[in-house]
Amino acid sequence: MVQVNPGFIDQVGQAKTFNAAACMNCGVCSAVCPMGIELLPRKLFRYVLLGMEDKVRDNSATIYSCLLCKMCEVNCPAGVHIAENVRTLRYYLYK
Amino acid sequence: MPLPTGDTIGILADNLRLRKSVLPIPAGVATRWSRGLNLPRGGETVLYTGMMYQLIPYIAAISKAQGKVEDSPLANFVRLGRMINKVVNISGFMARPARDMQVRYDGMLVGIARLLEQAGVEFGYLYEEELYSGALVYDLGVDDVFAQHAREVYQTFRKKEVKNVITVDPHTTNMLRSVYPQLIEGYDLKVRSYLEVLAERLPAAGSAPGGADVVIHDSCVYARYENIIEPQRKLLAAAGINVKEPRDSGKFTLCCGGPAESLFPKKALERAAIRVEQLQAVSRQGVTMCPICLVNLQKAAGPDMNLRDISEYLIGRQA
Repeated sequence: MVQVNPGFIDQVGQAKTFNAAACMNCGVCSAVCPMGIELLPRKLFRYVLLGMEDKVRDNSATIYSCLLCKMCEVNCPAGVHIAENVRTLRYYLYK
Repeated sequence: MPLPTGDTIGILADNLRLRKSVLPIPAGVATRWSRGLNLPRGGETVLYTGMMYQLIPYIAAISKAQGKVEDSPLANFVRLGRMINKVVNISGFMARPARDMQVRYDGMLVGIARLLEQAGVEFGYLYEEELYSGALVYDLGVDDVFAQHAREVYQTFRKKEVKNVITVDPHTTNMLRSVYPQLIEGYDLKVRSYLEVLAERLPAAGSAPGGADVVIHDSCVYARYENIIEPQRKLLAAAGINVKEPRDSGKFTLCCGGPAESLFPKKALERAAIRVEQLQAVSRQGVTMCPICLVNLQKAAGPDMNLRDISEYLIGRQA
């Protein structure tokens, strides 16, 4: 059973800068991730957009594993601000 | 069990809030590199170390201790450690930096200052008034503590009537040049890496011949956050170094793993080993331009590779 929080995207403070909706789910980010993180960023951003707050919290270790190295970002065809999105989620989790 | 993320971040953020650095070190240690250089105090243009090079020997010592705690029952005591740390600086007990490492990293700063002087750049230094930039706490998403600290750093520059800041590492460059302006209204500092400052003062003569083959490791932050890719290559070529590119380089450089060091030391080392393999496929001599990259890659490479900071190569060719 998945619980959905429709207001989650708004609760992720600084939601204006959280541009995950631009993600086309192509998977380039996962393919080039030097940490080999399959979840980040595409699946994670879907969890946020769908309001699956528990799923995001369950994956906090993965969120903090991200190097913020932007290898995904320079390869992203949709121009998603992946590193800043991940940092925004960290802010939300720590709060 | 792994290190508890919330409490580990909490210790770092508490340190920044209470002691103005994620890893507080004595002012005498932070400024020791400048002894005998007779750098003016303050001025319109200052060399700002952001304490990154000075912190590396401490980070290496802490990382060693963390590696023992990670995946052991001791990880359960990190919460208690955070409570104690609010009263007493526990990192002071955990971190015993290696003396030879301190001498080497201090020497890099001396080299950078001398390179700037030789290039005819006039600059001062803030000595014990210089503060850490807050980069790690920003990366970890503790924005409230970071924003307050950033304002304090900026006020220090304002108080000293600083207009131009020359930075020495990519993380500090990114904080002062790209992050602070988003947080601080009226931010007016002109921030440049010493690599940019030196590169624009190079004579147009081009490359010096006959140098050694050295593989370059670009910092992610310089390459992808600050678009600093060419200055280091120009400087190395002019110093007679034959720069070799690894498989992933420039804009598409592969991270050293260092940013994971504070929370996941083992993962950081695994990533570094992958990068070292790429570098060693090209040359056993390597050059870095970020102290975090240097320490993390060297740890993975061991004695099999000679990695040096770019300042060591540049000053070495001028001696």
